[in-house]
Amino acid sequence: MNSSFGKHLTNPAPVIVFLLVATIWHFVVVLFKIPPIILPGPIAVANALWRERMVLLNASWITLQAAAVGLLCSAIFGSLIAVVFSQSSLLRIALYPYVIFLQTVPIVAIAPLLIIWSGNNFRTIVLVATIISIFPVIANVTSGLLSINENLRELFQMQSATRWQMLTKLRIPAAIPQLVLGLRVSSGLSVIGAIVAEFFVGNSGEYDGLGTIMTSRQANLKTAELIAALMACTCLGIILFGLVNLLSATLLRRWTRHSGFESDKQ
Amino acid sequence: MGPTLLEANSPIAESEQPIISCNAVRLAFGTKGNVQSVLNDLSLEVHQGQIVSLLGPSGCGKSTLLRVIAGLIAADQGSVIVDGAKVARQMPRSSREKMSFVFQEPALLPWRTVWQNVMLPSQLRGVQQQTNVKDLVEHLLGLVGFQKSDWGKFPSQLSGGMKMRASIARAMSTRPTILLLDEPFAALDDMLRSKLNDLLLTIASEQKCTMLFVTHNISEAIYLSDAIAVMSQGRIAERLKVPFAFPRQASLRSTPEFAAYYGQVATSLARGHS
Repeated sequence: MNSSFGKHLTNPAPVIVFLLVATIWHFVVVLFKIPPIILPGPIAVANALWRERMVLLNASWITLQAAAVGLLCSAIFGSLIAVVFSQSSLLRIALYPYVIFLQTVPIVAIAPLLIIWSGNNFRTIVLVATIISIFPVIANVTSGLLSINENLRELFQMQSATRWQMLTKLRIPAAIPQLVLGLRVSSGLSVIGAIVAEFFVGNSGEYDGLGTIMTSRQANLKTAELIAALMACTCLGIILFGLVNLLSATLLRRWTRHSGFESDKQ
Repeated sequence: MGPTLLEANSPIAESEQPIISCNAVRLAFGTKGNVQSVLNDLSLEVHQGQIVSLLGPSGCGKSTLLRVIAGLIAADQGSVIVDGAKVARQMPRSSREKMSFVFQEPALLPWRTVWQNVMLPSQLRGVQQQTNVKDLVEHLLGLVGFQKSDWGKFPSQLSGGMKMRASIARAMSTRPTILLLDEPFAALDDMLRSKLNDLLLTIASEQKCTMLFVTHNISEAIYLSDAIAVMSQGRIAERLKVPFAFPRQASLRSTPEFAAYYGQVATSLARGHS
């Protein structure tokens, strides 16, 4: 996974696709005389990107922080919830429907409510990013903690291992690859959560994330600047995904390095 | 150890108590209306220092019996006594710790090195810091064929045979008096299998432990054991005493006596199966 990720980075094909799309885009705008308020050409967008670079960088940094803190909260609280679920089937059965509720609730619908409760601030953005990105962590880690190889379980039973030993020496280490898997999915979601929350925070000057920039550019019909902000959002998602990949490649090398992990289970 | 060791229920009674004794063990799986009887009034005795093979076709209940003896599965009826103590799912730590289990797959923890894997049972018992434990683990790793430079390798870096060797070293690391083996070499090729058979005999004589060995390989069962218990449909169909003296050499497998005895065991197995 990690090596293939690295390989993709050095392959020129995506760059060629990018240039191709930009060229087609340019000619479509010129040929059909599309007004820049509807769709500005790639050059106009590039100009806007350059003009607004400091604003966008600053906003991206704020949004990245919110998304990253949200992802971190998801990792911590999601894992803790999963540990509780692994220890009590009663709690798992009782609470799992509400965890699924977290996944199915339209974040756009509850973000305004959370802003009323928590205010127009960084904390609210983190809260929304956490809510939207916690489910993959809970689901993956719970399944990792519970789907323990039968023989490994018996091995621990033969040593009269305590519940605590079983959890710390077997279940938790066995679930680490699942946590990484969950975080990969969650990293994209946390960026979405942060930006959506920022739409609702409004441009009151208290908070300036990418989402707030976008709503203000839209209100002013600055389409080129809006698209530039959109590109910054995309980059942000990629950056966070890359960070999670880096984390899994370095910190968790033992688990993910070898393909042997799956083949051991057979 | 020699061929004079007695098999279970031999007419010449042993003075000592058997170290493993199963009496009329019954076990069924499944729910009402669809009950599958797995162990059917099964009785078996194994004496101290014996190597007994449980031989039988797949699904005859041999692995289940091993787990009942280990206390991993509770029997519905009957009793299992190991070294004077009754076996149950919740048995005292001290009784269970006399036994060690080698699984069909190596069952190594992928995030631990060879050394850490072999130390796991001692760690779970809280004795991993004792020097005699470390000495024993070092000795066992050497005995099963690990170079010191390989102690830090992860399971994914090992071949199937080396994984199984590490698994055997781990099972021996707690100085068990009884070693229970559940078809440990089923997935290995013949060459490797016979090498590991010899390793097992070395370990058995050096560590002086009783072994109960589940297999469906006749040659392996003969080569390893003092006695063979042929299992069929949840009970011991026949008990055979293996007439070859210890220590055994790999060349024994190619003698006409071995071939003749092989035929005899195969016949018993077929009889039990029909």
